[in-house]
Amino acid sequence: MEVDRALVLGLIEACREIIARHADHLSELDRAIGDGDHGTNMRRGCEAVYADRETLAGLPFPQAVERMGMTLVMSIGGAAGPLYGTLLLEIGRNLAAGDGAVSFGDALGPAVEAVARRSRAKEGEKTLLDVLYPVRAEVVRRTALPDIADRADASAQRTIAMKAMRGRASFLGDRSIGHMDPGAFSCALLTTAICRHLMEYRPA
Amino acid sequence: MNGKGANVGIVIVSHSPLVAQGTADMVRQMVGDCVPLAWCGGNVGGGLGTNVAGILKAIEEAWSDAGVVVFVDLGGAETNSEMAIEMLGAERAERVAICNAPLVEGAVIAAAEASGGASLSRVVATAEELSP
Repeated sequence: MEVDRALVLGLIEACREIIARHADHLSELDRAIGDGDHGTNMRRGCEAVYADRETLAGLPFPQAVERMGMTLVMSIGGAAGPLYGTLLLEIGRNLAAGDGAVSFGDALGPAVEAVARRSRAKEGEKTLLDVLYPVRAEVVRRTALPDIADRADASAQRTIAMKAMRGRASFLGDRSIGHMDPGAFSCALLTTAICRHLMEYRPA
Repeated sequence: MNGKGANVGIVIVSHSPLVAQGTADMVRQMVGDCVPLAWCGGNVGGGLGTNVAGILKAIEEAWSDAGVVVFVDLGGAETNSEMAIEMLGAERAERVAICNAPLVEGAVIAAAEASGGASLSRVVATAEELSP
């Protein structure tokens, strides 16, 4: 996989920008069914990655992704830190182990399983996995980027009707129905930002 | 004979620094300094929450060759503690257990058990008896 320096910088900026723009909304969603800090946590994580962007852009792509994962683990906090961190750590490790011969979809597959193990959640339990699984399916299918973004957004919307089975939201039982899961929404936002940036990106 | 390293260590992890510190104070009062003890509370920004780096540091502080028991309050504290434990490396991670017990009662009862030189599994089992 050819990933140049400008592309890494652009992706980091795109993710930081979309989370910053929606941070208040993410925290509002989290106030309804969690502890109200998902937006501030995600913003802190994205800012920490952004602060490290020059180093990241100088690394081979698999190592950059792994390092981003570790930064997210150390800075996001909450349950989202280990979950997003595990996702990126595993993607990076899988890409590195494949020594250039592994597609992003191949690396993403087991990484999503690692997130599921860490969260002990399944599909349909109103978590970020309800976006990660469909996105993975589309990436593996090599779906066009706009359609991956649409699927991510639709998948986040579908969590509104779900009853939370994991995490703080599960304490609310039926009262969690009717609210979008904040983790699913941040996952959809990041997917959209990445897809959009990849669509618009033209190598120099 | 009960020097550092001989007794199982205790780590308290709470979303609130005040809760974590207060619980650690109670444990100290119960067992003195014969049990390695550390706490971690709050996120990296200083607000309510938990953070992996802080938990890792607390485990290092309370490290004992006999093992370390970690007490957590809510969901994110557990997930972050699991991540921190994995980062210790496989060999040391095996000697750290997250205890499924109430934070305050669990930590106090575990410390009492640990102060007598009980094994890691014994300390965990005693504290987990408190859980329904």
